[in-house]
Amino acid sequence: MTKTLNNKAWFFVLPVFAIVAFSAVLPLMTVVNYSVQDTFGNNQFFWNGIGWFQELLDPSSQLGEQFLSSLMRTLLFSAIILLIQVPLGIVVALSMPREGWTVALCLVLMALPLLIPWNVVGTIWQVFARGDIGLLGWIVNRLGIDYNYTGDPIDAWVTIIVMDVWHWTSLVALLCYAGLKSIPDAYYQAARIDGASRWAVFRTIQLPKMRRVLLIAVLLRFMDSFMIYTEPFVLTGGGPGNATTFLSIDLVKLALGQFDLGKAAAMSLVYNLIILAICWVFYTVMTNVDAERDRVEA
Amino acid sequence: MARITLDHLAHAYKANPRTAEDYALKEINHVWSQGGAYALLGPSGCGKTTLLNIISGLVRPTRGRVLFDDLDVTDLSTEARNIAQVFQFPVVYDTMTVRENLAFPLKNRNVPRDRTARRVEEIASLLDLTRVLDRKASNLTADMKQKISLGRGLVRPDVAAILFDEPLTVIDPHLKWQLRSTLKEIHRALDITMIYVTHDQTEALTFADKVVVMHDGAVVQTGTPEELFERPTHTFVGHFIGSPGMNILPCRIEGATAFIGNTMIPLRRAYRTLSDGERIELGIRPEFVQLQPKGTGLPVQVRRIDDIGRARIARVEMSGRPLAASVPDGISIEGNEASLVLDPNHVHIYANGHLVAGEATGGHAA
Repeated sequence: MTKTLNNKAWFFVLPVFAIVAFSAVLPLMTVVNYSVQDTFGNNQFFWNGIGWFQELLDPSSQLGEQFLSSLMRTLLFSAIILLIQVPLGIVVALSMPREGWTVALCLVLMALPLLIPWNVVGTIWQVFARGDIGLLGWIVNRLGIDYNYTGDPIDAWVTIIVMDVWHWTSLVALLCYAGLKSIPDAYYQAARIDGASRWAVFRTIQLPKMRRVLLIAVLLRFMDSFMIYTEPFVLTGGGPGNATTFLSIDLVKLALGQFDLGKAAAMSLVYNLIILAICWVFYTVMTNVDAERDRVEA
Repeated sequence: MARITLDHLAHAYKANPRTAEDYALKEINHVWSQGGAYALLGPSGCGKTTLLNIISGLVRPTRGRVLFDDLDVTDLSTEARNIAQVFQFPVVYDTMTVRENLAFPLKNRNVPRDRTARRVEEIASLLDLTRVLDRKASNLTADMKQKISLGRGLVRPDVAAILFDEPLTVIDPHLKWQLRSTLKEIHRALDITMIYVTHDQTEALTFADKVVVMHDGAVVQTGTPEELFERPTHTFVGHFIGSPGMNILPCRIEGATAFIGNTMIPLRRAYRTLSDGERIELGIRPEFVQLQPKGTGLPVQVRRIDDIGRARIARVEMSGRPLAASVPDGISIEGNEASLVLDPNHVHIYANGHLVAGEATGGHAA
């Protein structure tokens, strides 16, 4: 192959560079700038080097301890979300109709939660789960279960998880459904002729064919749940106590509540790197499983 | 091992079919004898895949019965029928090795492991898959994958018939021949009934002992490749089989003479039973029509001569009707005036598309 050098191509690429620079690189550099300085107001900044990072990553300091516990809460939250939403999404996708007018109905119903703005979702559940006037909270309490998401940490967690499952499982289900739709009928017919059980069909045909969309679903759901902010902020505000203070809520408190720009900047950089690192691990592991299987045999 | 009988079978995809047009498959009575190699030939949409899916049990017929030997299997599920099917696009289980793929039908039927292993080895050597047994099925070529699909059918020792649904569609041309001869060998080796669906006449005629030609949801003729070629019982068969297909010319019959426009063609047999309302046509294959220099037969105008490799085909006009004729070696035609010589043994007369037998004229033929 011969490469064509064409300097005019730069005219097409430069606008993109410019936009990305203004929208992403410059703000990020500002954050980097803040993260190595300290300020006491009046727009006066002092060089602090890697001080904030040291404090942040040292669990014995107050900042470090706060960061670590928020991080653990967020990781736990993401893990629970993935463990519930991915299998549930697959089950929902498998039980959706494959043809007929019900398909459109199902798709629209499933897409509805995805279309609701996040703070509205938070507000809906804040009211819905209230023990006094909310339908869900009232019913649960009438069933004799002592439930109060504003007072009990476990109740708060359960509420947030149920809310997120309600809000986002459809995304996983729709992605899986798309994956399932791409399987030609002949596969199912061949499996019937081969006498495969329902479970064998799932294991040998459906799951392998869904692998690629599942990778995307896992990545999207991890990133979103790890960065969750709006819904728990509206629903619990991070409480009771610090029970639902996820990293993002912690970060906003630090940056806008306490105006600790340096600490907040260092924290957001570390936060960002963690997301990147975990996504990279997910991606490499899941694509390598593919490549590995091919290589072993070749 | 079984004889497959289709008894008054018909199928409509619509509910409550009334007219004949509602049926994707019109009534069929047919027996596929044990160990035969059959081809089901017809253009796309003629109902051949529907018929195949009814035999394999993927589709339940609207009317009629399917019998394996004397057992009525119409209501039996696919897995209970001892049928294997190879599809148009190769179906392999991507996550499994070739060995696991071949063992899959036996594993699902709880066959003991050592028997499975032995059977898989046998089938693999038959299909020449031994080398790749431990490779993943997903990164093999399409023809290999088709062999695996076939192998999954063959491993089951009780399999009664193997159905092929246009299995060579995605195979490279130079491998088609190879795979087809593998099929023939397996058919000879295993004595299994094979039904092969295709729209490609070459595939059908080279694979099958008997070809079933379908058109518009109905079987129009069943016969050996020779029968289909020499004595098509329907103008559709004449036209569909052969390249180029049979010449079908509207004509008028008087006793043992056919008139095409003003051209008079003497016939070997007399046709006295034809009624006026019927559409009468004369059919003759280009192979039995020879182009000769002007003045030696029926006068025609030559339009062009196509070289199709093994033969030359002349496109001519006789009394304004287009016609294809073969050009014998060593004949050269000056200008566009020429004549045709028809082999009277291969002239067939059709009424409303169906072959008319005619009656012997006892040597009166001109």
